[in-house]
Amino acid sequence: MIDYKKLLNKTVADIPPSGIRKFFDLAAQMDDVISLGVGEPDFATPWGIREAGIYSLERGRTFYTANAGLLELRQEICRYTERKFGVSYNPENEVLVTVGGSEAIDLMIRSVINPGDEVLIPEPSFVCYKPITELAGGVPVVIETLEKDEFRLTPEQLKNAITSRTKVLILPYPNNPTGAIMRRCDLEAIADVLDGTDILVLSDEIYGELVYSDEPPCTFSAIDGMRERTIVVNGFSKAFAMTGWRLGYALGPKEIILPMTKVHQYGIMSSPTTSQFAAIEAMRSCDADVEAMRREYNYRRRYIVDGFRKMGLSCFEPLGAFYIFPCIKPTNMSSEEFCARLLEEEHVACVPGNAFGKCGDGYIRCSYAYSVDSIEKALKRISKFVEKYTK
Amino acid sequence: MSNITEILNILDKSGEKTDPAKIAQMLGSTEEEVQSIIRGLEKDNIIVGYKTLINWERTDREFVDALIELKITPQRGEGFDKVAEKIYKYPQVKSLYLMSGAYDLAVMIEGRTMKDVALFVAEKLAPMDHILSTATHFVLKKYKNDGLIFYDNEEDTRQVITL
Repeated sequence: MIDYKKLLNKTVADIPPSGIRKFFDLAAQMDDVISLGVGEPDFATPWGIREAGIYSLERGRTFYTANAGLLELRQEICRYTERKFGVSYNPENEVLVTVGGSEAIDLMIRSVINPGDEVLIPEPSFVCYKPITELAGGVPVVIETLEKDEFRLTPEQLKNAITSRTKVLILPYPNNPTGAIMRRCDLEAIADVLDGTDILVLSDEIYGELVYSDEPPCTFSAIDGMRERTIVVNGFSKAFAMTGWRLGYALGPKEIILPMTKVHQYGIMSSPTTSQFAAIEAMRSCDADVEAMRREYNYRRRYIVDGFRKMGLSCFEPLGAFYIFPCIKPTNMSSEEFCARLLEEEHVACVPGNAFGKCGDGYIRCSYAYSVDSIEKALKRISKFVEKYTK
Repeated sequence: MSNITEILNILDKSGEKTDPAKIAQMLGSTEEEVQSIIRGLEKDNIIVGYKTLINWERTDREFVDALIELKITPQRGEGFDKVAEKIYKYPQVKSLYLMSGAYDLAVMIEGRTMKDVALFVAEKLAPMDHILSTATHFVLKKYKNDGLIFYDNEEDTRQVITL
């Protein structure tokens, strides 16, 4: 009998299994569940994009592309980034097309981390940064962001976390799960702290277009002096409703993009060709589709925030992504207990805040990538539940 | 975007008179403000009415739709409006548009049978003053109407929870 446990890579074996897996499975098996638990758009990919993918198949474009991605797509990504965020990149060597934003995150961390290097990770945040850092031999250093700061990373928190071993700062904004954003002035304050250091920044801007403030969205690389130290990760999943196409990209100085391309070349070869052809259309002619979806999310955002506040739960105003992060502390339950009972008693699925870091306990993540009618139904059930347990 | 345009967008999509309280929640406004804007829009005939879009083809009701192209001599001082008025007053006429291009008026007609429609064209439209010619096209199948697809039920096939 083989003892597989002994054969596994130690770091992989030590990564804890997701504690809430059981809860997810339960939700998936239940009938009549209204879910606010999904981290992807409810819109299907705009038809023009789907049609471009189909057309590429009809023409037989079914081969590998260049490792870094189709040059035509890289050119379009650069034009798009300049148009939307005002930063220019060279399509020849400063763009890498990846399998979703997640691959870009993995490549960046693997390309720069040596054993013992520290990676600063503001939490609550998406679940991949910590395990990827550990797999690369790095040391994750969590910075707990707070509701009173609207879950923004503050310059003081950053200063306190920096050591001589700090290699990378992750900037996960607009944020999943809190919906927090960093305004230009917040980013400038972070830049002031980083100025003069050798710390690299991985700015995960996968929700970068989904911002609902009056200020135009701002990328970290647009802040004075930050372009040279920043890898921007973006992609097609969220803004263009293309999660299943698995396509993202990284932008940054060639000194980092080219080593990342090397790792990508050996692990992946090239990103899916059909998706790349579809993505050219997305970059070129879908601004109006993105804006229409953003507007719709904004209606739902206001609707759901108002709904939670009416229940008496505090909820800071999230200005990005498609999540809200209400505080459920008045019910005296942990996040996991709240979500498990809510699922059991009212058949509503939300995600416990602690799935995104310890400091997320006391909160739940609700996605508003659902129709207003679905949100209305879910809110009614949650309201009944909250009323029962806050009396 | 102004609240007026936002309200019109929401109503245009929902296709029914959505509860003003709900619209207020979606816009971060008050119920009173939304109500008063909607009343104003109704009074100014910007909101003309509220209709349900029905796919009658899936019912057992017998009906036939036709598009009729009309060429017309415009009248001095009246343009096409006088003739148009004479046409749109017939209840059989569902829509009427003044067009650019090869013909002038596009008339959408509904009748119970093809014969009904043919008779309407022959007896009412064709003999009318100033009408030069008619061309009748029967609708065989409606795929999409007013932005709604008739034969497409896209279900939510997402996982219940994803991070």
